[in-house]
Amino acid sequence: MAESEELGIATGEAQAGGRAVAGASRGPVLGPPLVEYLLRLGDDRLILGHRLSEWCGHGPILEEDIALSNMALDLIGQAASLLRLAGEAEGQGRDEDALAYWRDGVRFRNALLMELPKGDFGFTVVRQFLVSAQSVFLWEALLASTHEGLAGVAAKAIKEAKYHLRHASEWVVRLGDGTPESHDRVQRALDDCWRYTGELFAQDEVDAAVAALGITVDMASIRARWDQVVDDVLQRATLTRPADGPMRHGGRVGRHTEHLGHLLSVMQSVARAHPGATW
Amino acid sequence: MLTAGDAWRALEGVPDPEVPVISVVELGIIRAVVVDDAGAVAVTITPTYSGCPAMFEIEKDVRSALLAAGAAAVTVTTVLSPAWTTDWIPESAREKLRAYGIAPPGKADGGALVTLTRARPPVPCPWCGSAATELRSEFGSTACKAIHVCTSCRQPFDEFKAI
Repeated sequence: MAESEELGIATGEAQAGGRAVAGASRGPVLGPPLVEYLLRLGDDRLILGHRLSEWCGHGPILEEDIALSNMALDLIGQAASLLRLAGEAEGQGRDEDALAYWRDGVRFRNALLMELPKGDFGFTVVRQFLVSAQSVFLWEALLASTHEGLAGVAAKAIKEAKYHLRHASEWVVRLGDGTPESHDRVQRALDDCWRYTGELFAQDEVDAAVAALGITVDMASIRARWDQVVDDVLQRATLTRPADGPMRHGGRVGRHTEHLGHLLSVMQSVARAHPGATW
Repeated sequence: MLTAGDAWRALEGVPDPEVPVISVVELGIIRAVVVDDAGAVAVTITPTYSGCPAMFEIEKDVRSALLAAGAAAVTVTTVLSPAWTTDWIPESAREKLRAYGIAPPGKADGGALVTLTRARPPVPCPWCGSAATELRSEFGSTACKAIHVCTSCRQPFDEFKAI
């Protein structure tokens, strides 16, 4: 199967309803499961970290400008560790910089939720909450990963993710249980994000292959704990949990929204304008 | 020839670039120092936070301090495991932090998974000692610090976050 077929798969309406977007013969081309899995974990953090970094100098108040930039740094640092592991598993001499700056959009494996534009502060906070809750429980499970390098990243990242989750939870409550305007905005953000949450827990043959080796866990157990935290915080925030409708998928196999290309054009521009530059 | 003891002493003279009142040894980020028969030093370091931007600076400072102390060669390896914790900072260094105006870290929470609200008592002001302080943000001027303000002496201050 030609790899270029990845490029031919449309995003947008073709994915509506979470239906398969192409016949079985035209599925995407994926690499070895361990490489794919590490790219998924790494790209989630790289792309979300970049979105958070867009707040640097634009935060609503100084403390939040600093907080969002701090979290961006944590996530990009985690991404660097994960992409380094992915490069080692791939064995073709690509390091974390090569993977971050020299892959095109169809090679990125982040969940679609990560690449959505940063929106207003409410949207950023809601997305951060939904993702941080998944991260905390996932990292906790990965502490026991049979992949030593990944378990090491998990031990480091869980400490950071806990701070991220508490920060986002406090803001979801503050804004949800705040003014009518702040309540409406975070409720809208929650409604907008919800259709992308299914992908955070989706499992395909890549996940099954690495789970069989004890590298990762069944995401259903993560989902159950995520549900509890989400319900708890939303209730305190007087927000309504959206119904589980059709979920959007595609990022894990390189089918992205139009937003990713714009993000990469910024994120990769310096590295590509000055290949091999050091400072 | 350089001994392991000499190497450690040289590293005790390397300040943390972000918190120069304590050394990289006191901060707990130097995990191992091995000197071979030829006087080459292998240092293992660990980052405080995944994205700590000071790691490159620290590696450079470690290298030049050891070369200046007479190391024949220096290799620096970064490891993530075991994950760095503020519990590795000794009491003497905590006192230096306090004197510098940074509240030292409390006990790391260990296994506790998620506390959605921050339940611990106010952090004493490093300037006036008052307990009448308020947390402004758990994210401060560097990844490892939180911002507080003292309502007694009306000074803002950093706290070294427990992780």
